[in-house]
Amino acid sequence: MSSIYLRRRITNWLAMGFSALATLIGLTFLAWILWETLRQGISALNFKLFTGITANGDEGGLANAMVGSLIINFLGIAIATPIGVLAGTWLAEYANRTKLGETIRFLNDILLSAPSIVMGLFVYTIIVLPSTVLTHGSTSFSGFAGGVALALIALPVIVRTTDEMLRLVPSTLREAALSLGVPQWKLTMQILIRAARSGIITGVLLALARISGETAPLLFTAFGNNYMTLNPIDKMSSLPQIIYQYANDPGDTAHAMAWAGAFVVTMFVLLLSLGSRLVFSRNKVSHD
Amino acid sequence: MSAQPGTLAPPRVVEQRTHRDARQEQLFRWLLKGCALLVLASLLGAAGATLWGGREAFAKFGWHFLVSTAWDPGNDVYGALVPVYGTIVTSLIALLIAVPVSFGIALYLSEVAPTWLRTPVSSAIELLAGIPSIIYGMWGLFVFAPFFSEHIKPWLTSNLGNKPDDGKLSWVVQHVPFVGKLFGSDYPFGASILVAGIVLAIMIIPFISSVMREVFQTVPTRLKESAYALGSSTWEVSWDIVLPYTRSAVIGGIFLGLGRALGETMAVAFIIGNSMTFSASLLDPGTSIASTIANQFSEASGLQKSSLMALAFLLFVVTFIVLLIARLMLRQLKRKEGN
Repeated sequence: MSSIYLRRRITNWLAMGFSALATLIGLTFLAWILWETLRQGISALNFKLFTGITANGDEGGLANAMVGSLIINFLGIAIATPIGVLAGTWLAEYANRTKLGETIRFLNDILLSAPSIVMGLFVYTIIVLPSTVLTHGSTSFSGFAGGVALALIALPVIVRTTDEMLRLVPSTLREAALSLGVPQWKLTMQILIRAARSGIITGVLLALARISGETAPLLFTAFGNNYMTLNPIDKMSSLPQIIYQYANDPGDTAHAMAWAGAFVVTMFVLLLSLGSRLVFSRNKVSHD
Repeated sequence: MSAQPGTLAPPRVVEQRTHRDARQEQLFRWLLKGCALLVLASLLGAAGATLWGGREAFAKFGWHFLVSTAWDPGNDVYGALVPVYGTIVTSLIALLIAVPVSFGIALYLSEVAPTWLRTPVSSAIELLAGIPSIIYGMWGLFVFAPFFSEHIKPWLTSNLGNKPDDGKLSWVVQHVPFVGKLFGSDYPFGASILVAGIVLAIMIIPFISSVMREVFQTVPTRLKESAYALGSSTWEVSWDIVLPYTRSAVIGGIFLGLGRALGETMAVAFIIGNSMTFSASLLDPGTSIASTIANQFSEASGLQKSSLMALAFLLFVVTFIVLLIARLMLRQLKRKEGN
């Protein structure tokens, strides 16, 4: 009789031990990855990184890549935000229970985890290839194309948060406005979006955090450029792309610079996602 | 109800305003719908563009493309089997590690841990999901792969592999089929299919565990309390009550992780070794669909470029199906919640 109890108790202990161990494994890897990034990144940081350009190799810095990253990310967010907010509004306010609305919401969730490299190839096909006509035959990679590729990755994040946040707005607000005779578009733009504003901003910040570390879609769209450029229709380098290039370089200085770039990107992304969560912590956002 | 003159607009003005409102309303609706349709268009466009780009390869090689291990730019012959094998095997290794660990984490956070510890630990685990994949790649290439080849790989090759350094086959290799092949390797570096699988596992753990934890919390408390009242242990409640109740969503979460693992590019490109030669061994370098594209696309032309596009189409279709299953499974639980 008591052997059954003992067996059950031991099973329970083992299971509890296993669950604690699993959590410990997860936390260990988190600490290990962050620690290495901090250690190697900080020791490689220096002033030259922010002033020199990659054309000078070991003597240069990453300034052109940082500027490129800022421009491409800005383009991506600038394209994705209006489209994403409007599309999310349509899903929440106009098509909440229609078949088309449900389908688009469902496909948007799939797009959230779609492979980003395929999005890069898509933009390569619809923007880079056609625009070779403008450059008389040479493949015309551009920062703009990179921005569009990142916009495609940010779009589903923004659509989803806008949709979720608008559906959290109490319907009494809608009823009150409609009963005063306010047209629905005014209600949407001036009342509902304002009520859900902090949640929508959280979504945009999370989307920005998501795209700042993306590399794969930029390889065949923005391509890379060893010189500083501010022109969005020129080839443009970005931090993740330079990290990839330098990490595959055999030189130690290149590796150190790759770590420094990795440190900058990680800090940016983590502060962004932590910050957006702290500031807007009363809004629950799911982003699986 | 006598209206004061001047407080109401004349009927003509009211009518004009109603017309204007209706027109603007119509425009606004079209604008919103257009934006929403763009989401649909990007999905269809990505599938269409890669299918169109891969048409030459599909036309030239046909079904043979899927089963051929050739990848020979010199003779212009291409087959998808090596990258497809690498993609599937790395993702399976990732699942094999990530599913039990994620289940453990979700169990710990929802049943075992003291309440004050739950929020900080779960935020920390979610932080793993926020780290960009290129950082995983850097860490894998410079930290984990050397660590693996120094401390773990020698043990694996000498105890489980068919090519041990001292030439003596271990008992396991002599008696269990296939194991020797899987762990036999004389490749001197760490970069390999197994390392890529392990790093992918770390990347998808936060996704799977957060879905699991979320759905574990939807189990009605009275179900759990009834089981506890009958004398069940925490483990028995989790295994016999919580898990069966949330089964479909848990499978959905696992497929979500699988979808991520299949499409992951940069982390894998850093650490899989990028070898286009077929090897069954997990300790040899290989390649995945996404890392093949990342490595070769900018220098490819003609049929090679088309073959890479065809690979991208395969990847997109497979991840789409996996994610479709994931979302359908996750939706079932939501429906149950609604009742």
